[in-house]
Amino acid sequence: MEYDVVIGLEVHCELKTNTKCFCGCKNEFGSEPNSNCCPVCLGFPGALPVLNKKAVEYAIMAGLAFDCSINNYSVFERKNYFYPDLSKAYQISQLEYPLCINGKVNINVGGVKKTVRLNRIHLEEDAGKLVHDGVGGTVVDYNRGGVPLIEIVTEPDISSADEAVAFLETLKNTISYTGISDVKMEEGSLRCDVNLSVKPKGSDKLGTRTEMKNLNSFKAVYRAINYEQRRQIEEIEDGNKIIQQTLRWDDSIGETKSMRNKEDSQDYRYFPDPDLLPVNITNEEIEKIKNSLPELPTKRYEKYLELGLSEYDANLLVSSKTISDYFNDVNNLVDNAKLVANWVINEVLRKTEDNKILISVENFASLLNMVKASEISSTAGKQVLEQVWGTNKTPTEVVEKLGLKQNSNADELKQICETVVNNNPKSVADYKGGNVKAIGFLVGQVMKESKGKANPQMVNELLKSLLD
Amino acid sequence: MDYTKLSILEVAKLLSEGKVTSVELTEQCLKNIEQKQGLNALNLVCSEYALKQAKKVDEMRAKGEKLPVLAGVPITIKDNINIKGLKTTCSSKFLENFVAPYNATIIEKLQSQEVVIVGKNNLDEFAMGSSTENSAFGPALNPHNTEYVSGGSSGGSACAVAADLCYASVGTDTGGSVRQPASLCGVVGLKPTYGLVSRYGIVAFASSLDQAGPLTKTVKDSAVMLNALCGYDEREETSNPNQPKVDYTKSFTGSVKGVKIGLVKEFFGEGLDSEVKQSVMAVADFYKQQGAEIVEISMPNARNALACYYVLSSAEAASNLARFDGVKYGVSGTYSSINELYLKNRSNGFGKEVKRRIMLGNYVLSSGYFDAYYKKAKAVQKLIVNEFAKVFETCDVLLTPTSPTPAFKVGEKVNDTLSMYLSDVYTVPVNIAELPAISVPCGFSSKGLPIGMQLIGKKFSEQTLFNVADVFDSRRAK
Repeated sequence: MEYDVVIGLEVHCELKTNTKCFCGCKNEFGSEPNSNCCPVCLGFPGALPVLNKKAVEYAIMAGLAFDCSINNYSVFERKNYFYPDLSKAYQISQLEYPLCINGKVNINVGGVKKTVRLNRIHLEEDAGKLVHDGVGGTVVDYNRGGVPLIEIVTEPDISSADEAVAFLETLKNTISYTGISDVKMEEGSLRCDVNLSVKPKGSDKLGTRTEMKNLNSFKAVYRAINYEQRRQIEEIEDGNKIIQQTLRWDDSIGETKSMRNKEDSQDYRYFPDPDLLPVNITNEEIEKIKNSLPELPTKRYEKYLELGLSEYDANLLVSSKTISDYFNDVNNLVDNAKLVANWVINEVLRKTEDNKILISVENFASLLNMVKASEISSTAGKQVLEQVWGTNKTPTEVVEKLGLKQNSNADELKQICETVVNNNPKSVADYKGGNVKAIGFLVGQVMKESKGKANPQMVNELLKSLLD
Repeated sequence: MDYTKLSILEVAKLLSEGKVTSVELTEQCLKNIEQKQGLNALNLVCSEYALKQAKKVDEMRAKGEKLPVLAGVPITIKDNINIKGLKTTCSSKFLENFVAPYNATIIEKLQSQEVVIVGKNNLDEFAMGSSTENSAFGPALNPHNTEYVSGGSSGGSACAVAADLCYASVGTDTGGSVRQPASLCGVVGLKPTYGLVSRYGIVAFASSLDQAGPLTKTVKDSAVMLNALCGYDEREETSNPNQPKVDYTKSFTGSVKGVKIGLVKEFFGEGLDSEVKQSVMAVADFYKQQGAEIVEISMPNARNALACYYVLSSAEAASNLARFDGVKYGVSGTYSSINELYLKNRSNGFGKEVKRRIMLGNYVLSSGYFDAYYKKAKAVQKLIVNEFAKVFETCDVLLTPTSPTPAFKVGEKVNDTLSMYLSDVYTVPVNIAELPAISVPCGFSSKGLPIGMQLIGKKFSEQTLFNVADVFDSRRAK
């Protein structure tokens, strides 16, 4: 029996606003515990929330980046439940009237293109953080409480772990271009929950789904999906029913454990928050935000294709905003997309760790311009890059110091070629006799004569014109 | 001389003329407070804090500084309003040791007027109740007859003003909690238009209905207090930035000629005590003699306001009181699990009525019942709002009784919840429609207990309310 796997994701991104969603406390990761707190985010009696407009703007930017419709009228609702990290015992979130609805994310899994539809993107506040103190106790840090989050909910369009990871990578990359979030899973600014069910292949009746939480890396998402789909299939083949429940993924053992099942499921008693006014956004305001959006990966990808780059190269370049920005800046100074792309992809990317490029835009452009003008050979260029990477040296200095400047003086080279041709009648005869490869020896001789400085392409052409 | 029987305006005049000092006034109030502590009007008496402020104001005045009208005047504050450094107990065991870490906006405003705060008033726990019998610290007793209640939830506020413990009190009104106790104790009580007075720093009961309001001895004093309390607050989204910027003490023309006063037919029917009815009808006659036009109107939807109120206010309260979980503040103790911590703190910390309303509130919000109760109540609210709007097309103000009965005996209604809830029948429609209303004493029952009449106005029509109310108030024997 074959099965379809049906997956929907709920992704949370922390927004990089200066202050929290409903109060003026600093929104900063890594501060001293409970130092960025006030009566509002601590839920003290009498405190009231006031909406951070920047958070709304950022949420709309996310919506626009994924082709969502932005609602002109939007409402905040209270999601009521008790947990020590939730200071008011309710989370301010959205339900009936979210900021953004519909939308899509285009993914590419091993050459196969797919569109994952988005159901909604809404704005809400984060809870604090529970910290287990290592001696069996738990303490709460409310610094994170009240930080603005967007919740991105997909339709159940994802069918495999590979697709899920591709979705997350594309989502993360696109959001990084907007600048609204750091989207770092390791810092908690990007979180993902997975809803998964299985059904007999081709059937249009959905199976019972489970929800998986505590997925702290893309790898964990991948492993968890594969585990859970296998578990569910095994249960069904054993004749058991799938229990609708929330599962906690334990990455260290590679298994899920039940957190709560349907009987304990929470009734959040949502209702519109009476302390907050509905959000009214005009089409003009939406347009203004749209115009302020930085260039997104899909647009850059198209531009790169127009510049003559291959799909593969274009994809590689847009896969990181840092790399893409770097490519753009360098190309502005060199004006040869294929050359720059070639060097960025084959040389720079290889040496880059953690998105850190250790040669400045100006220096790299200077190096490539020398290559472009045939002042140095490609090989020499690689040597220069090696020398300049991670140092204060400039390419010009290094070329000077190592004497790498190439001789592209046609008259000089012609003289040397003529000398070599005259001195090597046998090779000349071989070449004229049909051995095309014999020119290699002659080129080598010219290189020797010129102490390696001759421009090899030029030498090749000059010899050919002399011999043909 | 006993200055405590005077009004704010009278005493402010004496202060500005140097005929009395703030310290003298404060000491007299504190003496009354001590002598009448059996009334249980106050949860907290802050003598040192008050005398320090009184002394400071006297020194400022001695230097010849120009001072606001309220400077040096002793007042009290309902104990659900945060004053930094003082306890805010909400008359609940849960918060009995809670010290407010910040000031409510209205406290900042009052402090800028250099008032002297002498104490925090007793209330029904978390402002839920109509008699102050729900206080964890015992009820506030009616100064006219201590066998009777002061009303609620701002019972301690009304009692304190009526007993001359202070010149004014700031209470809160969610379904009548300023007006009803004012009526039962024979003082003036104002509930401002929703959004006029800041809610920031006031412990929330029903966020969409709560409004802080003054209790005073006269209508003119009420205007002085409203000047100090009102104003847009950017720390509250529901604070109204388009509110009138007026001096409410300039509301008084002395005339009601041509003012259309509506009598709501449904408010004078079954359930209304005959003496109260008589007293309020006499007010209508008085206004007619003064040149006002009495208009008979009907509001058939008004009778649904009580049910609407209990659904909406309980729902919001259930959510607002969820923060009292014992994790961040409240009670301490060791428990075997987090659930035990929640259960023990909330079971022990909250009184019966609070628990009742939390359960009711969660019920009407729960899955499967939300549409039938909460959503329906919201729709009924719209009907009531529209009905008032229609009525105000033909009337300037409405005249109604404030409470269907004078004060009842302590213990009389404590076990009859529904009867207790019916005390609010004329006041809750006002909160539901976000309107302003003022209760003015208009007589006494044969048992010697105060009776109050209520005037209701359009949104932000406090000036009209003050004027009409004062025409009656300034002529009544005090």
